[in-house]
Amino acid sequence: MKTTKIIALLMAIMMCVALVACGGNEAPPEEDNTEAATLDLGFIGPLTGPAALYGQTTLAGAKIAVEEINAMGGIQINLNPMDDEHDTEKAVNAYQQLQDWNADAIIGCVTSAPCNAVATEAFADRMFMLTPSASSTAVTEGRDNVYQLCFSDPNQGSASAQYIAEHALATKVAVIYNNADPYSTGIYQTFVDAAAEQGLEIVSTTTFTDDTNDFTVQIKEAQDNGAELVFLPIYYTPASMILKQANDMEYAPIFFGCDGLDGLLGIEGFDTALAEGVMLLTPFSADDPDAADFVAKYEEANGETPSQFAANGYDCVYAMYQAFTGAEIDYATLTSAEQCEALIAQFSSADFAVDGITGKSMTWEATGEVSKAPKAVVIQDGVYVGM
Amino acid sequence: MNRGAVNSFVNYGLVLAFYLIVQILRANGDLSRAFQAQLVPICVYIIMAISLNLVVGISGELSLGHAAFMSVGAFTGVVVSTMLVDSVASTPLRLAISILVGGIAAGIAGIFIGIPVLRLHGDYLAIVTLAFGEIIKNILNTVYVGLDSTGLHYGMTSINELGMDSAGKTIINGPMGAMGIDKASTFTAAIIMVLITLFAIQNMIRSRSGRAIMAIRDNRIAAEASGLNVMKYKMMAFVTAAAFAGMAGVLYALNYSTVVPKKFDFNTSILVLVFVVLGGLGNLRGSMIATAVLIILPEMLREYQLYRMLIYSIILIVVMLITNNERAHAIKDRLVAIVEDYFKKILAPIFRRKGGAK
Amino acid sequence: MSFLNYLISGVSLGSIYAIIALGYTMVYGIAKMLNFAHGDVIMIGTYFAYFATTSHSLPPAIAVIAAMLCCTILGVVIEFLAYRPLRGATSLAVLITAIGVSFFLQNFALIRWGSSPKNFPSLVPFDKVSLFGGDLIISGEAITTMLACIFVMIGLSFFIKKNKLGKAMRAVSEDREAAQLMGINVNYTIAMTFAIGSALAGIAGVLLCSMYPTLSPTTGAMPGIKAFTAAVFGGIGSIPGAMLGGILLGMIEIFSRAYISTQLSDAIVFAVLIVVLLVRPTGLLGKKIREKV
Repeated sequence: MKTTKIIALLMAIMMCVALVACGGNEAPPEEDNTEAATLDLGFIGPLTGPAALYGQTTLAGAKIAVEEINAMGGIQINLNPMDDEHDTEKAVNAYQQLQDWNADAIIGCVTSAPCNAVATEAFADRMFMLTPSASSTAVTEGRDNVYQLCFSDPNQGSASAQYIAEHALATKVAVIYNNADPYSTGIYQTFVDAAAEQGLEIVSTTTFTDDTNDFTVQIKEAQDNGAELVFLPIYYTPASMILKQANDMEYAPIFFGCDGLDGLLGIEGFDTALAEGVMLLTPFSADDPDAADFVAKYEEANGETPSQFAANGYDCVYAMYQAFTGAEIDYATLTSAEQCEALIAQFSSADFAVDGITGKSMTWEATGEVSKAPKAVVIQDGVYVGM
Repeated sequence: MNRGAVNSFVNYGLVLAFYLIVQILRANGDLSRAFQAQLVPICVYIIMAISLNLVVGISGELSLGHAAFMSVGAFTGVVVSTMLVDSVASTPLRLAISILVGGIAAGIAGIFIGIPVLRLHGDYLAIVTLAFGEIIKNILNTVYVGLDSTGLHYGMTSINELGMDSAGKTIINGPMGAMGIDKASTFTAAIIMVLITLFAIQNMIRSRSGRAIMAIRDNRIAAEASGLNVMKYKMMAFVTAAAFAGMAGVLYALNYSTVVPKKFDFNTSILVLVFVVLGGLGNLRGSMIATAVLIILPEMLREYQLYRMLIYSIILIVVMLITNNERAHAIKDRLVAIVEDYFKKILAPIFRRKGGAK
Repeated sequence: MSFLNYLISGVSLGSIYAIIALGYTMVYGIAKMLNFAHGDVIMIGTYFAYFATTSHSLPPAIAVIAAMLCCTILGVVIEFLAYRPLRGATSLAVLITAIGVSFFLQNFALIRWGSSPKNFPSLVPFDKVSLFGGDLIISGEAITTMLACIFVMIGLSFFIKKNKLGKAMRAVSEDREAAQLMGINVNYTIAMTFAIGSALAGIAGVLLCSMYPTLSPTTGAMPGIKAFTAAVFGGIGSIPGAMLGGILLGMIEIFSRAYISTQLSDAIVFAVLIVVLLVRPTGLLGKKIREKV
């Protein structure tokens, strides 16, 4: 009895400390407006947990852009990364922490479901958000303050179907998608509709979840139904396993994917011969000469080839930078809500275009959707080749 | 008043005190937004922890799938709330109805799961609750629900195949979960729910049934021999806990604009179990305090970025070792005695003076 | 012919579950605790094997031994630091501590080796076998896994039956206090159980990642839970039970995916588990425990 009392007391004390500590954040020191004002950008993404890969690579890309911009000597960007563990609850907490920190605008979230939760809060608070890779349309729907740097899911699904039909790659198509993942399910749903319009026959549809590591059944079904092309609207980690197992089963159709497949060649120790002939629609390829500088810096800092996530993070910071400088937004004195209106005006204006490594002259609709051209690439001898 | 009743009232007092302190601080603008955002989740997890404590602490059955009931409540509540948006204007009333329906749905799920589960014992029971948790998560990933002028549509393949008219609204979209939820939860509502949960569970524990449940926990065979209907009392605890978990789920879902099935996985069940065990089995107050501290702790550690979950895990292990190791107990008791002596020495003159003034 | 393909992949997936489940079941039988960190020990061991082969380009055999050694040491250290002080505490307290250890190992791996998945090079030297004119292809990894599973099973059974330490283990699992009175060093026996269980985890990790080549900090988590399910399925505490449970679980997983639904395969696996436990409440080969007042 005594010990439980003491524990209860200790915890109560910790709780008080917590209250005070949290309360203490309320009034951060006023920014010094005269000289060292920095542009305070919040970043929200999964830095730990099962989706840590996407958050960390995006952040690593963004950091390179911040370093470059700060080295130019003009605007000094202060990037504050917050972990959301790929969880809506933690994402909202992270967002509120950034509000307490007086962020000027937010880059995030990296994944769709957390982004959706945060976007609702940000919409009510009038805080500008530019998401590097949350591709669900629900993120931007009905919210004028949220902009996407990546293609939306429907966009990718229909573009893929169109590309396959136009180039007559195949008529019998199999789809393997992750039915526990919003990104994958989102692309799949639009792909099905678009494929029907384009006259593609879907002969096999199989799913898996995040925990699946054996794909024998999925591959065998595609093979038995005579699919000439397997559409993989999934991320590159499960894709690498599918490629290996298909190779073991001596099944070699055309594999076709979306931007989630980018990064396949960057997996440490991956036998790139397995990816020979894989086609994907992606806005970014690490072999692009325009991105060579970024790729070199990224490789030096992180010891691996950047994926499209890293490139999206990098472009997000530059897009923000251009919007702030282009519209001459006075981030030192304006509130985040005032900056939000200015940024919305800037991003939706017809002559605001960003040249990034994930697309030339990217422009934005007022809905928040980006318009840029997807590149179709095919993997040959371990490198991307444009098609 | 007997000791149990006093204990219960202390618990109500604690919750009310927490509420009042928060309201005063909030009125003064002393609360950070980050802390305010955690108020409803804290209450939700407190309800989860109290209800799980009824199963694990009072009834003595290890459940590893408590979050599954939370998800049943959450998604039912979202559907009900969305259906009522136009017909029920008052948000608190809409919330109350949703919580009630969500609780009932989770309670029914509790009955269906309880019947097979409670036939087993110990680790076998634990693994089956885990299995049910995974099954419910897996099924929710394939559930599609939409609402249009003709009513509710549901299916298990995709939202396009529900056959809704053009004005139809998607409520639950498979793995994408529920999106565009009209938020209805407030801190006040959450505190009221905590009080209701406390009231229900504390009274249940102190009732005749509660004593029966604990007798079964302490010795099932002896209790059975004394003529207690073991299955009935176990079910009572299990289903009550499930219903409250469902209500917590509704409160949780209506606090965010989006909720996904993945949220209610094994890890969330374990999280709540950690609150219960750290707070002390059968100790409701302990559960409440442990929950509040452990929800706030990772947020406080945010500045350590990557290292925070590492620190969190170390704290978890160390606390478990200190509270459960006999030698550590002895050392701690000695330390506490020293500190107590010290404070007695300091405080003694003050008390004496007070006494003198009388 | 598809059926045979599915059978082979079911059995080989099940063999991996079985080897992991052996670790769970041995520790449970002797220390009466659920070692939730077992899956993460596997992950750490596999990282060691990965760096042994890639960074230090050691031969596969040495890499496997490195993984086993690393897991053994890790298992014994965890037992000493986290579980031994809790001997005599409630099983729930031990369970939560084990969960704490699991969090710790996952986050340690995340910080130390980063979140990017590594592509694990197959350490299996055999090539695939093609039968029936290419209709049935069995990969070298699948053959090795199944052989390893049988080998481990036979070795472990002999060890438990014939070896002195094995007998001590059985004695401790039967009645800890009586064993102590007979002069058996209980702490040493439990530590050795952890050592053997963890060494098996090393083998399982290498086999798992040779077959499914992605290695990341969460690699061990789900196979760990599945193997735990398999151990309970077969009757926890029973060595042949873990084997049978693992292989059946792998087969059910693959067959339900092939013939029922890919979407609901996980749900079906767990549903079968529930049905089995309702019919046989202590698992397939579990011992019926007679309860006394």
